[in-house]
Amino acid sequence: MKSNIFFLRELAHSRAGDKGDTSNVSVIAYHEDFFESIVAQVTEQEVRAHFGSLVKGAITRYELPQFHAMNFVLENALGGGVTRSLSLDPHGKSYSALILTMPILVSNNIAELLRTSGRTPIDMALLLRLQSVNRLPRLIKESIT
Amino acid sequence: MAISNLRQSDAIPRKVLIGAGASYAGDRVEPATDLAAKGKLDYLVYETLAERTIAMANVERAQNPEGGYNGLLEDRFINALPHCHANGTRVVTSMGAANPAAALRKTVEIIKRLGLDNMTVAAVVGDDVLKYCRDNADTLTIMETGLPLSSLPGEMVSANAYLGAESIVSALEQGADIVITGRVADCSLFLAPMIHEFKWNQDNWNLLGKGQIGADMVECGANVSGGFFADPEYKDVERLYDLGYPILEAYPDGSTVVTKLEGTGGKISRATCLEQMLYEVHDPSNYITPDVVVDFTSAQLEEIGQNRVRISGGGGRPRPEQLKVSVGIKEGWIGEAELTYSGLGCVERARLAEQVVRERLRIGQVELQELRVDYIGINSLHGEQSLPQEHPPYEVRIRFAGRSQDRRNAIKLGNEVETLVGKGPASSSLPRKSVREVLAIYSCLIPRSAATVRIIKEEA
Repeated sequence: MKSNIFFLRELAHSRAGDKGDTSNVSVIAYHEDFFESIVAQVTEQEVRAHFGSLVKGAITRYELPQFHAMNFVLENALGGGVTRSLSLDPHGKSYSALILTMPILVSNNIAELLRTSGRTPIDMALLLRLQSVNRLPRLIKESIT
Repeated sequence: MAISNLRQSDAIPRKVLIGAGASYAGDRVEPATDLAAKGKLDYLVYETLAERTIAMANVERAQNPEGGYNGLLEDRFINALPHCHANGTRVVTSMGAANPAAALRKTVEIIKRLGLDNMTVAAVVGDDVLKYCRDNADTLTIMETGLPLSSLPGEMVSANAYLGAESIVSALEQGADIVITGRVADCSLFLAPMIHEFKWNQDNWNLLGKGQIGADMVECGANVSGGFFADPEYKDVERLYDLGYPILEAYPDGSTVVTKLEGTGGKISRATCLEQMLYEVHDPSNYITPDVVVDFTSAQLEEIGQNRVRISGGGGRPRPEQLKVSVGIKEGWIGEAELTYSGLGCVERARLAEQVVRERLRIGQVELQELRVDYIGINSLHGEQSLPQEHPPYEVRIRFAGRSQDRRNAIKLGNEVETLVGKGPASSSLPRKSVREVLAIYSCLIPRSAATVRIIKEEA
C-alpha cells in the first residue's frame, strides 16, 4: 500500500522571525492545491503539540489565503528572550525547519502529484518511531491504527 | 554641488530607486558598493541595528565618547560614497547607532579625505531616552512582563525609542545628502525617501501603509533576494555566494517592484518575497510601525520578470500614539563550555559527563539561575521535539550553558567542564569555554513627546 503521509516540508516552505521572547513562523504552500490540507492539519493545537515545551505561551495562527500562507505567532518561545536565552538558537531561526517536520496526510491526488515531482512519503520505519514517542498528529495516528 | 541640488525640478519623479546596502551591523560591504556603482540609485539605505546592537553600542559609547556607531561605517563609506557622489545617490542609514553625532563627524572627515566636494551630512538625534526611562521607571510598564521598569534586577544601560520616518524626511527636505540616524524602525529608513520624493502627506495612512509594505520587503537586505532561503532540491538559489542585494523601485501610488542588479547571484521570486513579507510580522492585518499601522492582508505579489516582483495593494491605519522603546539591562553572566565525544558509546560517555558536571556544580555550590545541557548532533536546537534517530551518531558535542548574577559562578561552570579532560569520561576532545555578560532587552511604550528629536547638519 502506498502511504499518503508526507512531511510538511514536501508541501510548504517556512521562515521564522523573532521579537523579544516571541517567535513567528510562516508556512507557505508550494502549490495552491496543498493549502487546504495544510489549513486543516497545521492547526494551533497541532503546532502546540509539535513544538511541545519549546513554546510556553499562547499560539496564534493568522491565515493569508491569497498567498496560500499562514503565520504562527508563538509567545514565550525563545528561552526567555533572544538576548538572555541559553539556547544555541536564541532567535529561533531554526523553528522554520522544525515546523516542516510535521507529518501531513494528503489525498490520493496530491500524493500522486507529490510523487511525480520526486517527493517521497515518510518512511514507514520512521513513522513507527514517531508513533512510539507519541509524536504523530491526531489525524495521522487515527489513520494508521 | 550638493547631490540634493542635482534635481532642480519640483516635479514628482515617476519612480524612485532605493537600494538596500546592509541589514545588520556586520553585513557584507561590497554588495552595497556594487549597488552604488551600478544600481542607478536615488537612495542607498544601510540598516544596521538589531534589538541588542544598539544596547551594545551604548555600552561602547559609555567607554569612548567618540565611539558607539557602526564599526564598518568607514569601510562602507570609503567604498560607496565616491559612487554615490558621482551618481547623485543620497544615503540614509542607521549606522549612527548609539552616537549619530560622532558618526556624522567621522563621515565629514571621510568625505574630506576622499576629496568629495560640497556634501551635506545630517544626523538625527534624540532616540536616546535613557534619562526619561530612568526618571519614570516606576510608571513605565515592561511589555514582556507587565511589571514596572524599576522591577528589573540589573542596571539599565540603554533606552532607545524606535523613531519613524518623519525626522529623516525633514533632513532630506533640508538638503541632506547623507542622513545618519540612531534607532529608527528598519522600514522607516526606506519609507522616508518615498515620503520625501512623492510628497506624501504623513497622515495619508493608505499610501504610507503601501509604501511600508515595499519597505518591509527590502529592510532585511538579501533575505528577499535568496539569502536564508536555499534548501537544495526544494528551493534552489543560483550563486548563493554572490547574492545581489535588493533594489526597491517605488512608485508614487505606493506600489513597488523588488529587483536586483543584473549579473548578481541570488533569486527574487514570489516565494522569496512571501518569506520576507511575513518575517517578524505577527498579525498581518495589524503590523505596527512608528509611521503607520500596516495591513498586509490585501497586498498582491506578482512575478513580472526574472528577479522582478511587483507588490501592490495593502493599506494602513493611523500611526500609534506611543513610541516603542528598547531598554538594555545588564542582567548577569552566561558561562558556556563544550567538548566532543566520538566513536562507539559516545552518547553514553557524554551523558556521564553531564552527570559529572551536575554533581561537581552541586559539590562546589555553584549557583546558577538556569543550566542548559545540549547534545549537539542529536537535539541541541529542538530538544525533545527533534526527530528520533534510528542509529546513534558517530560523534556528539556536549554543551553546557549557565546564567548567574555572579560572574564567578559563570566562570566556575566552564572550569568544571574543563576538568572533564583527565577527570571525566574517556576520550573526549579538549573543551572550549567562554564567559559573557548578558545584555537583556526589554520593551516599553513612551509618549511621542518624551523623545526630543533634532537634526544636526554639517557641510563637508
